[in-house]
Order: sequence, then C-alpha cells, then structure tokens
Amino acid sequence: MAKTILSVDDSASMRQMVKLTLSGAGYDVVEAEDGRAALAKAQGLGVNMVLTDLNMPNMDGLSLIRELRKLSAYKGVPIIFLTTESDAAKKGEAKAAGATAWIVKPFQQEQLLNVVKKVLGS
Amino acid sequence: MNAQTDPAQTFREEAADLLAQLEEALLGLEQAPGDHELIDTAFRALHTIKGSGAMFGFAAAAGFTHHLENAFEKVRHGDLAPTSDLIGVALEAKDHIRALIETPDEIDAGRGESLLARVAELVASAAPQAPRVPSPGKADPASGPATWRIRFRLAQDALVRGTNPLLLLDELRTLGNCTLVALTEGVPEMEDIDPTGCYLAWDVILTTEQSKATIEDVFIFVIDDAELTIEQVPAGTDKLGEILVNRGDVAAEVIETAASNQPRLGTLLVKDGTVSEDRLRSALAEQTHLREVEGAKAAAAPPPAAGSIRVPAERLDDLMDQVGELVIAEARLKQLVATSHDPQVKAIAEEIERLANGLRDTTMGIRMVPIGSLFGRFRRLVRDLSKELGKEVALTMAGEETELDKTVIERLNDPLVHIIRNSLDHGVEDTVARIRAGKPPQGQVHLSAVHSGAQVLITIRDDGKGLDRAGIRAKAEEQGLIPAGTDLNDNELFQLIFHPGFSTAKQVTSLSGRGVGMDVVKRAITALRGTVNVTSTPGRGTEITLALPLTLAIIDGLLVRVGNGRYVIPLSAVEECVQLPIADDLRHTGRNFLNIRGELVPFLRLRDSFRSTLAADPYQKVVVVSTGERRIGLVVDQVIGDHQTVIKSLSKLHADADSFSGATILGDGTVALILDVGHLVAASHAQELRRQAS
Repeated sequence: MAKTILSVDDSASMRQMVKLTLSGAGYDVVEAEDGRAALAKAQGLGVNMVLTDLNMPNMDGLSLIRELRKLSAYKGVPIIFLTTESDAAKKGEAKAAGATAWIVKPFQQEQLLNVVKKVLGS
Repeated sequence: MNAQTDPAQTFREEAADLLAQLEEALLGLEQAPGDHELIDTAFRALHTIKGSGAMFGFAAAAGFTHHLENAFEKVRHGDLAPTSDLIGVALEAKDHIRALIETPDEIDAGRGESLLARVAELVASAAPQAPRVPSPGKADPASGPATWRIRFRLAQDALVRGTNPLLLLDELRTLGNCTLVALTEGVPEMEDIDPTGCYLAWDVILTTEQSKATIEDVFIFVIDDAELTIEQVPAGTDKLGEILVNRGDVAAEVIETAASNQPRLGTLLVKDGTVSEDRLRSALAEQTHLREVEGAKAAAAPPPAAGSIRVPAERLDDLMDQVGELVIAEARLKQLVATSHDPQVKAIAEEIERLANGLRDTTMGIRMVPIGSLFGRFRRLVRDLSKELGKEVALTMAGEETELDKTVIERLNDPLVHIIRNSLDHGVEDTVARIRAGKPPQGQVHLSAVHSGAQVLITIRDDGKGLDRAGIRAKAEEQGLIPAGTDLNDNELFQLIFHPGFSTAKQVTSLSGRGVGMDVVKRAITALRGTVNVTSTPGRGTEITLALPLTLAIIDGLLVRVGNGRYVIPLSAVEECVQLPIADDLRHTGRNFLNIRGELVPFLRLRDSFRSTLAADPYQKVVVVSTGERRIGLVVDQVIGDHQTVIKSLSKLHADADSFSGATILGDGTVALILDVGHLVAASHAQELRRQAS
C-alpha cells in the first residue's frame, strides 16, 4: 500500500512542488495550508510522514510538532522541516520539539525525494 | 509543464496574492502601527515569497525580499518601529518585488540597491536600543571558536542512493572557516572501478563557534552508513609532527625517529611509506588552516579590557598646553646641552627628549577621533536632500577610521555640509537628465578620508555634470572678479567659486544658490590651516579635496630670520627655497618677479613688510610658498631650518595682526611669530592688482 505523506505549507507553490515530486514517486500526498488544518487532518488519518514549513499563520510548525507528538499515533512518525531558516538555535528548538530532520529551502526535488525515501526506508 | 502543474506559475499567482496582502497590511500599519496581526501578515508574506521564490527560480526576488524580511523580523520583535518612513520604503519595495517576479527582464538593478540601502539605513538608525541578550540555545558563547577535524568516507553506494557529498560540504562551509582535502587513496585500480561508486574520502578542518552537535547535524542523513569522525583539534598545535600524531596517522615514536633525520619531516615520512601522500597533504592543509586561524585571531583579538573614560575637553587642552611647555623647555635644554661636554647630562637630556616626544605624541593621540562620527551625520543629510530635490543619490564612504583632531572634526561639519549640498544641488543631475546622459539613474556622492603625511585628505566626489566652466567665467567677469578674457587655468577658474558672493545657480533653491556656501567653506578650511582643491570633468563629476593638518596644536615649520626677528613658515605651505639672484635683488623698483624654471613668481620682501632696519644679509633667500592656487616667494635674510612648533595663540591685543597666525617659543626662550601664508599671499596679490590698475 502506498505510504501517505502530509505536506504542510502556507505557500501553495511549495505544496504543489512537494506533491508533484512525491506523488510521482508513488506516495500519497495530503496537503494542509497551516498547522491548525494539518493537526485536524492528521487526527483522522494514518500518516507515515509529515513535511512541514516553520513559519505559518494560525499555527506554526513548531507548535504543530508539539501537538502531533502528544498524539499516540504520531509518537514515531518522522516529521521533517522544510524551511528557509538555517539558524542553529531554531534547529535545536525543532529537534527538542521532536523533529526528525531539517531541509533548508531552496532544495532540489531529488534532494527531497532522497530524504523521504531514506527516512521511510524504501 | 502546463500552468496546472508548473509550480513556478503557481508561485507567480501566489506571489501576487501575497503582495496584495502585504500592501494591505502595510497601509493598515500606517494607521495602526502597533497592530501585531498586521505586522505578522506582512512578515509572513515576505517570508513565503522569499522561501518559495528561491525554490522556483526567482532568486533575485528572493534575495531582495530577504533583506526586507529581516527588517520586518526586527519590527516583529519590537526592535524597529514601523514608522511611515519604513512603510514608505516597504511599499516601494513591494512594487519592486512584483517587478522582479513578473518582469525580471526590465529590472534596473540600482533601484533595488537604493531601496535596500534605505531599508538598511532605517534599520541602522533604530539599532542602538536595549542591548540584545544573546539568544539561548546557541553554542556556549564563552567557548569561542574551536577547530574541528572532520573525516568522513561515504558508503561506496552512497551516490547511487542519492546522497550528494557536495551538499554536505557546502553546508559545512556555512558553519565557519573551512579547509577541505579530498583523499584519493581509496580509489581502486582502473579495472576495479565501479563508475557509480564513491571512493573518495574527505578531511575537513573547520573552525567554527558551533557545537559538535551542529556539525553532526550536517551528516544526519548519511551517518548510518558513512564513516565519520569529528574530533576537536587541540589549541596550540601547529607542528606537522604533532598534527600527524594527533590525527592518529603516525605513532609518536616514528616522528621522533624521523625528525632526528632532518630535514623535511613530511617528505621523509612519505618516502618511508609511513604516511600516504594524501594523508600528508591533508595534515599539511590542517597545519596551514590552524596557522591562518591563529593569525586571524591574533589580528582580531581586542586589546584586553580596553575601556574608555570620558574626560572634560578643557582638561585635555590643559594637558596639551603643558605638554607644549614641556616640549619647549626640552628644546631649550637640548640647546644648552649642545654646548656642554658632560656625557651624563647629555644622556639625561636625550632621555628627556625621547620621553617628551613620546608624551607629545600620546597627548595628541588622545585628541584624535575617527572621522566616521562626522561622516555618519551626512547619511541623513543626503537622504533628506535627495528627497527634497527629487533626485536619487547614494552616499558611499571610505576611510571612516581615519583619525583627526577632535577640534578639526567639529569645525569640518559646516564646510562639508555646504560641499555636499552643492554636489546634490548643482552637481548631480536629476534622474531624467542622467538617463539621457547615459549614466546610471542613481547619482553617487563619495566621501573619503585618508592620511597623507602630516595631513588628512578629505575628498568629496560626485558623478554629476561637473563644474560649468563657461558659466563660472561669465559670472566672474560679470561681477568684476576677473578682467574679461583673462587667461585662467582650470585650477584658477575653479578657485573663483570660493569667492564671496559667487554663485552660478540660475535659480535660488532652498538649499544653495544664495551665494553663501563655498566662500564659507574656503574660509573655514583656511582657518584650519587647510587647503581646498577642485578638479572637475564635464559630464563626469566634480572632486573637491580638503587637505587638513592632523592637529591644530603643533605644526612643522620652517624657521627663518628677517632682520633680527625670527619667524616660522608652516612647512606644509613651503615648496622650495632658492637664493635670490643679485640682479633681481637690486631691482628695487617696479614689479618684483622671480623666474623659477621659466615660471614667473611674484615675491614679497619681508624686510620691507616688517620694516627691518638691521643691515640686510648680502645673499637674500627666497622661500617659495603656495596656497593651492597661487605661489609667491617670501624674501628672508636666513633660512635656519625646520622646527616643530607648538602653537600659542596671540593675545587679544594682537588679534588684528592678521599676517600672523600665532607664535611659538624657541629653544633659547625667545618668541617667533608664525606667518599666515594665506594672508600674505592674498595681500601680495591685492597689491599686485592695485599696481596693475594704476
């Protein structure tokens, strides 16, 4: 069965790019435009991986991670940040909140795919 | 890709929405500057444009937006107020971003730069707020930079699985000063090579303030199947032997044996086969890196516990006075000792001379401040003026660290304001005229300061239309400053603009053109014992150079004798000393001109000026002095020599003796007057003109 990835970003073009890249490789991609919407979708779905932006309206990426990690179904799900931030302090904060990895924008499509494949182990 | 599946197209649409949101938020902020929601909206719009723009090939837009985003991040944190200035710039920047995204081919690069400069200016002007607490979570600030040795070898199939070592290396490079060595020792024989395999290993020597964990983070996705060691290089190692041992490439005993076999340790070890050439190369690179880092540290290390104390200016003046007295007393002592034969007294006198000179230099140094403090004030001036005049002008500076006597700096403010105003008002053209002339639409005014001997040269350069030679000449003739048709070189012509009442501006603007300005400049600079020099190329711009003495308190002078009086001529004005030919000397009537290498130089007999009655020296000497535009010879009885002079101002009683700018006390205790060369030159010129007229 195809694995499901939740892509969270307030930028439609970013979501589109993620979807194009990952669905082309056989993943199911579910989109959400901010943290709050993502949390709502995540609760009703079995998701294998979350890709999220950091800076978003309503609920930002860090709060989203903290909320997700509270849900028993999301304790072990990899959560990867896609963000322009490369600040070490921010990275540390994300790590502490439970992020699995960090990809700095801009990145290449292949780069994203590689990371996803590696983390999902296929 | 069609529009449905091309993220770049989606981004364009998205950006248009975001920019509309940004504009709305900015306009809202103008009404309600404290509204956090609006600030957040503006910031996020910028943030998304930056992030997504960079993803989909809008690098220019992303780069530009990044700076604006930084400014708004400051607004978000309350470090910068969303003033109407900032909002004004941001609105213009928003239009620029739209242009960058939608019509990137019609972009004028200067526009973006000028917008960013304005943003930077606003950010800088708001900077000195509460001291920023270093953000927690960063590497321990007390630890300072450390040097790490990172050795990694990827799994042989890493490339096939999509790992790109270049990205890893690039990320490492962002962490700090980095030296890379690729090790090729793992590359197999040709027939064994798998073309997709990764055989290289890398040694990276990285000096960074980041923690080890941050470095490990870089390898987060390859760590499982890469060989990776990260170790700190102990401080203070820079011997190749130590490095090799520390790296575990060679055992310590081997080094000792090898080192005893001089000369080159590295070559020996490779020849022995103890160390591969690759390893040695890498160790040598590490050595170089360490030395560079140490060198940079030594250069950048701030002097320990350097503090500053504020002292009332009068105390400094008192100190300077006393040091002046000391220097004079020392000179007298030196003169006295010259006739003594007691070696012990001589030794003490030499010691005192050395100390007095040191004390003098230190005291002068106390009064020195960097000129940057003055230059900084002109940013605002240029900004306001360019707004008022509707011209686009960028101010650039160089040599802000150049030090100058504080008094001089204070008195430079007004002249510089006048010059910059004139540059903006008359020099730099408006945008339309500039484009028509094929110049960048944004004008440039460049301020620079540089030491040149005992002087500081301050240059104000613009890239405007240059001085109007014909206009200046016509105006000067109209005002009777020069007879019609006078033959003038550029320098003489340009000096006319410093004449009181001279102004060629056809219209009086609020800034300049009232005929005050340049003569004020000239007077102020002359009062500082400086000179003003102008060069100008039509259509290319004007350059005004102010040459100023480093300090007002001490000058290098040439000591001369006229009759029984001694006088000091400031050395900066002296061009040469020649003997007055007897024939010229005898010609007491008519005009006094001297032929110096084919050029006629008028001369002034100081004996006559000072009404000396003592018998004249049979061989009269001429000291040729210049004040920039004119040269004259001063005829004296004797040239005694150079003399460093502490200036004492004349008493109020003698304030109207304007041929003298001050006095000094000589080694034997007598007083010598300091000649005001500028005034003497002007006086002789006036005399000459009267003679021509009669």
